[in-house]
Amino acid sequence: MDRHAAPRGDLLVILRHPPHGTSWLRDGLDAALVAAAFGQTVSLLFQGDGLLALLDGQGRGALGQKGTAATLEMLSLYDIDALFADTEALARLELRADELMLPVVPVDTTRIAAMLASHRQVLVF
Amino acid sequence: MRYALLVQGAPYSQQASHSALRFARAVVTRGHTLDSVFFYHDGVYNAARLAAPPQDEPHLPDAWSELHEQYATALLVCIASALRRGLLDEREAARHGKMGHSLKSPFELTGLGQLIDLGQRCDRLVTFSP
Repeated sequence: MDRHAAPRGDLLVILRHPPHGTSWLRDGLDAALVAAAFGQTVSLLFQGDGLLALLDGQGRGALGQKGTAATLEMLSLYDIDALFADTEALARLELRADELMLPVVPVDTTRIAAMLASHRQVLVF
Repeated sequence: MRYALLVQGAPYSQQASHSALRFARAVVTRGHTLDSVFFYHDGVYNAARLAAPPQDEPHLPDAWSELHEQYATALLVCIASALRRGLLDEREAARHGKMGHSLKSPFELTGLGQLIDLGQRCDRLVTFSP
């Protein structure tokens, strides 16, 4: 795919951990929200088990954690609407993009590589 | 070149902060500027004032402090990650009614905005995660 077709932005946050069990997802989303609040253009890429964050109907974590569904619902308030899902992760988890709680654009590895180049900065959580 | 580091691994249980320290020393040895090290997630334990590792192991909180003294590298600790894990400076300890403080000087509590700022201000922001 043409590298110039990749979405551009100041910051690409890659989320690779599921919503419960660790605080990685929450910490990554916090970094994304703060960057957006600072006026940066932020893209989110859900990769691996990070995709599970987008499953609908999530409650609080069993361990008293707040969960991340509420944070994800706030993303649009922060103008974070460039959301991407790794097609390999979608296939592995047998999920379709249209059954997730937020609209995401499926991206393959070639496109992900282009996104890494087209964002000024990348943070991986 | 102006560098900043993001450290997210706990000292002694993960390699991340040990590798970060070695990288930090290499950066300054090569004559580059190490602007700041930002500690996030379990990386905040690097700032533990009361850390007492065995004498034949590296003392990470002390090593970071030396880096600050020699090269004026700012040691920035995410306040949200730190308070959850019991790392409080004197001001926060007083605010939360705690008997003692646990954040080593010259580490300083700060917000995530500082991390974003570093990403904009520095030529390179290098992450060390477990």
